[in-house]
Amino acid sequence: MALDKKGIAQRIAQELRDGWYVNLGIGIPTLVANYIPEGIEVEFQSENGVLGMGPFPFEGEEDADLINAGKQTITTMKGASFFDSATSFAMIRGQHVQLTVLGAMEVSENGDIANWKIPGKMVKGMGGAMDLVASADNIIVAMMHSNRAGVSKLLKDCSLPLTGVACVKKVVTDLAVLEIKEGAFHLVERAPGVSVEEIKSKTEGSLIINGEVPEMSL
Amino acid sequence: MNKVINNVTEAVQGIEDNMTLMLGGFGLCGIPENSIAELVKTGIKGLTCISNNAGVDDFGLGLLLQNKQIKKMISSYVGENDEFERQMLSGELEVDLIPQGSLAERCRAGGAGIPAFFTPAGYGTEVAEGNEIRVFNGKPHVLESALHADFAIVKAWKGDTDGNLVFKATARNFNPMMAMAGKITIAEVEELLPAGELDPNEIHTPGIFVQRIFQGARFEKRIEQRTTRTK
Repeated sequence: MALDKKGIAQRIAQELRDGWYVNLGIGIPTLVANYIPEGIEVEFQSENGVLGMGPFPFEGEEDADLINAGKQTITTMKGASFFDSATSFAMIRGQHVQLTVLGAMEVSENGDIANWKIPGKMVKGMGGAMDLVASADNIIVAMMHSNRAGVSKLLKDCSLPLTGVACVKKVVTDLAVLEIKEGAFHLVERAPGVSVEEIKSKTEGSLIINGEVPEMSL
Repeated sequence: MNKVINNVTEAVQGIEDNMTLMLGGFGLCGIPENSIAELVKTGIKGLTCISNNAGVDDFGLGLLLQNKQIKKMISSYVGENDEFERQMLSGELEVDLIPQGSLAERCRAGGAGIPAFFTPAGYGTEVAEGNEIRVFNGKPHVLESALHADFAIVKAWKGDTDGNLVFKATARNFNPMMAMAGKITIAEVEELLPAGELDPNEIHTPGIFVQRIFQGARFEKRIEQRTTRTK
């Protein structure tokens, strides 16, 4: 069965390593914080200027001065720090953040990503996404394998305006875990009960399948 | 050096039609709300506003948009604002969208005397069109230029009569860089203290970057996305 959004987040959480600083984008990526594996310590960075982001506050304890990049009220963990936006993006561009997880509308087989603009629709802006994808060494995209119309989001070439080129290394979808290398998607794992055939039929870009593809363990 | 002015009316003196302003804040967090309200009263028009966001319909820069006082916005993200959308689609409002890190660094560069810098952000995308590209360490980078403003308007938690500023939590955001990049920088603070009351070790923005400081009469500090968990 295909994963739901929580399942995608749960699988991505398995990629976390002890001691990492991690930037989570809006949407599915935010959920990753709920599934940090036991015994692992990570710190979450939010690009508006906080390291050591904690869970949402209890009702009545919201602080208008303490928000994340999605403008949601948050709390901080012990050891947290605040900084200005230039310092925040110095952390990102300077590759001090070990993992970036973000959503996408399209990803291409050479690692291009499109997630900020749909021609003909209201453009809201890229926020920090272009800085994040251009700078981070380790980027995981969290998204559904196909869009609502059933069209593959893993493409030969992105059709939408790009956010960054040749930058995505790994994609986790509701159907599969895929690595991007040498101009192709490499199928690493399948969602429980999802067949290789289904993944094949829903992947427009080049897909490399090597031997038996294991199921994810969640 | 005493930078204190009496009130918000004095704070915005000298701001004229068609000037370029920088306004601190991320979303509605850390915005100079007293000065924005005063700018609405003045009716000054044709403003170019450099600000990460454009407020919401009835708060923040949205108030200046409603009043059609803004000619151009330079921002990284401008959702959450219907009037903004209407003016942008009708062509009344010019919009320049810039990656957030580049926006922050362009403000910092403006204040730091660095005319331009190279960044990887935006390479291969439409925001890099027309910009010089140069390869460093095998990776292409985009040339981005410094931003300047006639006035920078920032909001701090505490300030002193010398113009030294301390920000609270994530309300710091763009405020320190914008304070550096304004020809004249106006700081509105929640609490104004005599010089010497703030610990010099803990000052975020040194007073050299601030020309005018005043204590805001009222801070609504509206929350854009109130999110909580249950006990």
